[in-house]
Amino acid sequence: MTNAYDAIILGAGPAGLTAGIYLARAKKKVVIIDEGIAGGQMILSHTVANYPGVLEATGAGIARTMVKQAKSFGCEVVTQSRLLKIDLGSLQKTVDVEFEGTYSAPVVIIATGGIPRSLGLETEAKFKGHGISYCATCDGEFFTGREIVAVGGGNSALEEAVSLSRYASKVTVIHEFDHFQAQPWIVADAEANPKIEFLMNQKIEAFAGDEKLEGVVSVDKDSGQRVTTKAEGCFVFIGYTPATQAFEGILKLNGRKEIVTDENLATSIPGVFAAGDSRAKKYRQITTAVADGTVAALSAIEYLDKGSRIPQIKLAASAG
Amino acid sequence: MLDTNLKHIETDTEFNRVLSENENVMICCGRMGPMCLPVYDVMENFESKYPNVAFRDMAFDEPVSHVIRELPETQSFMGLPFTVYFKNGKVVKATSSIQNKAQVAEILSDKFGA
Repeated sequence: MTNAYDAIILGAGPAGLTAGIYLARAKKKVVIIDEGIAGGQMILSHTVANYPGVLEATGAGIARTMVKQAKSFGCEVVTQSRLLKIDLGSLQKTVDVEFEGTYSAPVVIIATGGIPRSLGLETEAKFKGHGISYCATCDGEFFTGREIVAVGGGNSALEEAVSLSRYASKVTVIHEFDHFQAQPWIVADAEANPKIEFLMNQKIEAFAGDEKLEGVVSVDKDSGQRVTTKAEGCFVFIGYTPATQAFEGILKLNGRKEIVTDENLATSIPGVFAAGDSRAKKYRQITTAVADGTVAALSAIEYLDKGSRIPQIKLAASAG
Repeated sequence: MLDTNLKHIETDTEFNRVLSENENVMICCGRMGPMCLPVYDVMENFESKYPNVAFRDMAFDEPVSHVIRELPETQSFMGLPFTVYFKNGKVVKATSSIQNKAQVAEILSDKFGA
């Protein structure tokens, strides 16, 4: 059975939810579909203090309010449902969703955001919940007085390493490069912390242990020297990749696999728009995602109301 | 109390009552964090699809959580949420940290025949 809508929004993060709010307020029939939970990466933020109009809130709290707001205008929100097939080739686009059936609409807004990068090691799944964690706020206290590892060199990794040092007896930051990507003041905070040590230029090879994690095995990328760092916990913060795999060969992507759009967030296919972290752009904040959602929705409304009278979008060939 | 649409267990009495009145019970004990929210979301999604299972949440930081924290099955757990499946009052499965819809569905099918 096909469920017909005016717009299908793929992704229920701040970009997708905002697009849904704008489209539904414009009386369009909208479904927002997410393979995970509504809120996207926003729910990982324990404290959001730079969202205008909100003094301080949790990312999860803002997400819940956005979902309520979207639903209040009539948006249907489908979560934790895998996208099986996406066909953007026709005027009426279709999306097959596990357990839910087929959705069709003349407009699709892609707001699939980013996927947390994992180390891709066989033993990573084995120790999830038994030593390996992705959330310092959630699980930090389980490692009180223990030695742990934080993997990564960006803002999240170093901020979380500092946060984890409140619980752990020692935090070893293992990073794949010989320099950090984090902002200088965040690096300075971490370097000034007496509980934090650094192991740079390392490729993590394996996790050691039987029932519980006991150590992290890494190898120096230059010398090839293998090191086992004693650790009962390992927190992984190695960034995100755009969730655009399903659109490779279909939409124009840049070298980082981000969707290329014009200033109205139209993609290389008429009726398909992109918003948020899945598209090519420099700054990635909740506020910029919300702005993207707004622009994509307004462009989509114009497309729906004017249809083929909108000129074909032309994208620069050398995006990248 | 957790800010979810699930029924909450807030006292030992309530915990015992839920276990005695329901053959199949799934309890997710956690916080309002990024590892816990997806599991609550799955449970909310599944409530109407699995009428033979009682879905409940429990705040990890409330005193009642000792009924989950002290189970032998959760002693090695080091990641929230602690999710425990009971059949006729006995633990039949327990998981630590985030689980997705397919993983929960598999356990419900395997342990509860749901």
